[in-house]
Parts: sequence; C-alpha cells; structure tokens
Amino acid sequence: MKILITLQNNDIAPRFDLTTEVLIARITRGKISGAPRTILLPGPSSDELCSLAIKEEVSLIICGGIEDAHFQYLIWKKIEVIDQIIGPAEEALALAMVKNLQPRAILRTRPDRSTTP
Amino acid sequence: MIYGTDRNNTKHKTDHKPDIAAKILTTVPAPTGTGEAMNQYPELLEILNGVPHGIALLDQDFQIIEINRFLEALTGYSGEEVRGTYYDFVLRTHFQKNSHFLRQARETGMACNTEGDILGLNRKKIPVRFTATPILSPRTGHAAMVLALEDITTMQETRAGKKEIGPSKGLLGHSPKMQEVFELLPILAHTDSSVLITGETGTGKDILAEAIHHASKRGKYPFIKVNCGALPESLLESELFGHVRGAFTGAHADKHGMFQLAQGGTIFLTEIGDLPLPLQVKLLTVLDDREFFPLGSQKKVKVDVRLITGTHRDLRKLVGEGGFREDLFFRLNVLRVHLPPLRERDGDVRLLIDHFLQMFAANFNKNIQKISPQALQRLTKYRHPGNVRELRNIIEYGVNICRGEVIELDHLPPYVLDEPLSPPLSRPGTEPSHPADRQTDAAPNTQRPAANNHKGVPDNAANWSDIEKQNILGALIQSGGNRSEAAKVLAWGRTTLWRKMKEYSLA
Repeated sequence: MKILITLQNNDIAPRFDLTTEVLIARITRGKISGAPRTILLPGPSSDELCSLAIKEEVSLIICGGIEDAHFQYLIWKKIEVIDQIIGPAEEALALAMVKNLQPRAILRTRPDRSTTP
Repeated sequence: MIYGTDRNNTKHKTDHKPDIAAKILTTVPAPTGTGEAMNQYPELLEILNGVPHGIALLDQDFQIIEINRFLEALTGYSGEEVRGTYYDFVLRTHFQKNSHFLRQARETGMACNTEGDILGLNRKKIPVRFTATPILSPRTGHAAMVLALEDITTMQETRAGKKEIGPSKGLLGHSPKMQEVFELLPILAHTDSSVLITGETGTGKDILAEAIHHASKRGKYPFIKVNCGALPESLLESELFGHVRGAFTGAHADKHGMFQLAQGGTIFLTEIGDLPLPLQVKLLTVLDDREFFPLGSQKKVKVDVRLITGTHRDLRKLVGEGGFREDLFFRLNVLRVHLPPLRERDGDVRLLIDHFLQMFAANFNKNIQKISPQALQRLTKYRHPGNVRELRNIIEYGVNICRGEVIELDHLPPYVLDEPLSPPLSRPGTEPSHPADRQTDAAPNTQRPAANNHKGVPDNAANWSDIEKQNILGALIQSGGNRSEAAKVLAWGRTTLWRKMKEYSLA
C-alpha cells in the first residue's frame, strides 16, 4: 500500500488545499519499502493533489484540514483519509503503519517551527 | 497595557476591562512557558467562553496559551490539547505560517485585522475576520497576542449579493410539500424542544437542521454535527461525551466531547438510528438531566445544548424490532419534520436544476445558459433515488462535460439514461396521513399530484421564473382574477401568491 502525507517542513500541512509538498511512502508487510519520495507540487491545489493520489494509487492520505467535497471524493475513490492531524509527518506515518492513527490526533511531539514568524 | 486600542475609551465603556487586561497580562507566560498560569484565573476563561466569537491567546512565538469554548467548537480541539501548539496548525487558516498581519501587530504594537478563512471541524471553509491585538506585560516584559476570529459568512454573502431563493438558507423548493416544511421552520426555530428530521438520503436533513439552528436564538453559538453511523461504539462515546486523560490507551489528554463543544448551541446527531443501544441510554440521561460524565471522569459536566436528530430509517419500526429504545424515541420525537423525496416534490426538479446550473457554471467559469428540453424531460422523469444530492451531482457532471452553452442529453451521466423512468403521478389523496407512515412510504404511485403540476413546459421558457410566471397567470385566468382561488389552484398560501406576484410585477 502507498501512504501520502501532506507536508509543511517536517510536519503535516495544516491544510490540504494549500499544500505544496507531499511525502509518498510504500509500505510492504508493515515496513517502509524503499526510500519515501518527497514531491514538490507546482502550486497549491486540492484537485491536483487528488489527481496525484489517484495516479500514484495511494491507499491512505494523512493530512491536516481538508474540505468535505475533496474528502468525500477521495472516499468515493476508495482512498482512506485520516484528517485533522497535527504533528510530525514521520510520527504520523509510524502510527498509521501500526493502524494506530485516529482522525483529529495531536501527536505528542509538537510541530516544529523552523520558520518562526 | 493594551496597545492598539483607545485606552481612555475602553476605560469608561467598561470599568472592569482593565482588570481583565491585568489578568491577561499576568497570565502571559515566559517564552518557554506552557500557559499553566492561565489555570490560576478560571474566571478569565469563563469570560472568554462567554464571547460568541473564537478567541485564542497566543504567546510571543504564536503558540497557543488558551482558546475559548467557541474556538474549541470551531476546531474540534480542546484548549488543553492544543496548549503550546502553533496557532496555524490548530486554526488551519488561509495564511498558514505566513502570518504577516500577526507579525505586523507584534512589531507595531497596534491591533491589526485581516479577512480570510479557516477550515472548521466539519471540513467546511468558514470566512473569518481575524483581529490580532498585541499585549505586553510591563512587569515581565513578555508579549502575547489576543487573536479574535469573527465568522463573516453572512456578511460575505450579503456583499456578494447572493439572493436566498428559499425561505431559509440553502433550502429550495416551491412544491406544496416543501412549503409545509418552510411553514414549520419558524415554529421549530422558536422553541428549544428536540427535533427529529426524517427523510431519505440526500433530501437535505443536514441543511434543514442547520437552518433551524441559525434561525433560533442559539444561532450565534456553535452548530455541531455528528454522524452516529460513522464511528464504532467506543470511539463514538468519546466523540460525543469526551474523555479524561488516561481513560483508555492513547488518551493522552483531556478531550471535550461534541456535547461540550456545542455548549450554548445545537448538536445535530445524524443517522440516530445507528446509535448503539448502550449509548442510547447515555443520550437519554443527557436529555433528561442536561449533564453527563465524560469517559473515565468522576466529575459531571453540565451542558446547555439543543438536540436535533436525523435519520433515514423508520425509528418506530426499529423500536418494534428492539434496535432502538422506545423511551428515547419518544424523547426525540417531540417535534418531527419529514423531508419529502425529490420525486414527490412536484416542480422542484426544474427549480433545483436551474439553481445548480447557475451555481456550477459560475464556479467553473463556464458559459452554460440552459438545459435542453430533452435532457430536462429525462431529469424530470428520472426517479432520483439519491434525491437532491444526486441531482446536484448530475448537474455538476453535466456542467463539467458540456463544452457548449446548452446541456444536452449526452452530457448527462450514462446511468441516468439507462435507468427506468418513474411512473406518472396518479391517485390523488392517497398520501398517508401519519408522519411515521409517510416516512417509509416512498412509492411514487401514492404521490398526490399538486395543483401546480406543470402540464407542459412552454418551449420558449428561458428559465424557471418564466414558467412560474406563466403558471400564476394561468391560475389567475382560471379563477377569474380571484387571488384566493388562484392560490388554491397553485396549492400555495395567499401570501406566497402575493409575494410571487409582486416579484414578477403582476400585483
């Protein structure tokens, strides 16, 4: 299975529609196979991101906030979405691999702010 | 000291404000602090909770110190959970980490505001006006920020000149059955009793629930929707009633349930027929006592929430089968409203097609003017098992596919063309009188044809308004100019006829 995580630096991007970077990891027998890929998108777009997920045959998307229309569309396309997650992408991926990630989870390690406003 | 506000003005307007400000200042933590000091002033949080806008208290790095209950309801996170988290991850604002206006407020010491949006708990984009007011403690020198979020949905709609077609936001329909619902709406909004909305899937139960909430005195407070069928029992209990730290594995912090988040507002439990039996008991207790124990807590929580429930199932039948508690059914069934399926809403298909056509054409920047008579005929005769939601999707599909100005038959989804058409309406007066029976009775042959059933749409009619205007004229001619008689012919109230005549300059 493939997992797509929306990124903002090392954390899960707060909004799906404003995401410009994603991480795609392939999971085989409960382990990450190969190096996860980071893809930079030409610009933020929910539609493009949905198309990418379908094209890449992603099974699970982990993201922050997502609009209902896109959430329902992805569900219709048989892609599981775990949304409203706050925290580091790496930790979210680890929890998702052991099926222990719930929507609206705030992961204990707080989001990093390498670009403090 | 509050910068960016007229301090003198503030002083004589509200004498207690300097005290509040002083308390805020003393709660401003050191940069590495966690905002624990806020706990020393529970009354301050109570004041913030009383404000019908979202409020976040941020430290100098824009990490959250505290959020008020309104913001908890908007985001779905409790204040304790998000303490120490950067605000943009929690609020999901349009400006994300590029918070120029917050930096501007911090650097100038003046209150700044901007408009944008956030993604709310229900995955809905909410237009918001953000106001950031910097505060600085003269004692410790630590800066903080009060960020207020005001929902400006209504203001934006007014600015955009969006005209409400139906009597209530988001609800459209001229059919007699929908008119009955619209007539009920003010009654439902004026009371605080529980409402049970029944109807097939896609008939608009959610929209009606939200309309009732917004029209009620609780309209300024949160509207929280929970789908009882979407979560397993263990998660649903925590979702509804919340939990305390350590209540179960993975419960790292106290979490407010949806009942707490909806404090002062309305909670809409959709698919109530799927609520597991053990939770039905707990829900009944909440309805009776207005208080409950969150999961693992020894402390009761009091709530002031109005309950609206919705289901596509026949609850009476479920009670008979032992799948639903009878006492809860009676408790929920105080006020009941049934939303008719689209196939029983005479004339509304055309109205909805026009509405969705305009909406999607504008959204997708397409120059689509109308739908061809053949496509329209197909859609008006189609059974629409998915009701309004399905019709909306069909039009969205058509608008996407169509490259010209008119949606033709081949622009409709193939399954619409393959499906058998609904039989003609017949047998007047056989509609079941009992609402419980009405809920399950969806057979098209028991429909009552409305008097305003359009016996032939004029070929030259450009849109629904033209058809409606001609119907009114026809009814007036038929009744010899008698408006009461004409209203009867159209199956409208006299007021509706008068309003429509005025709208079309016929009065």
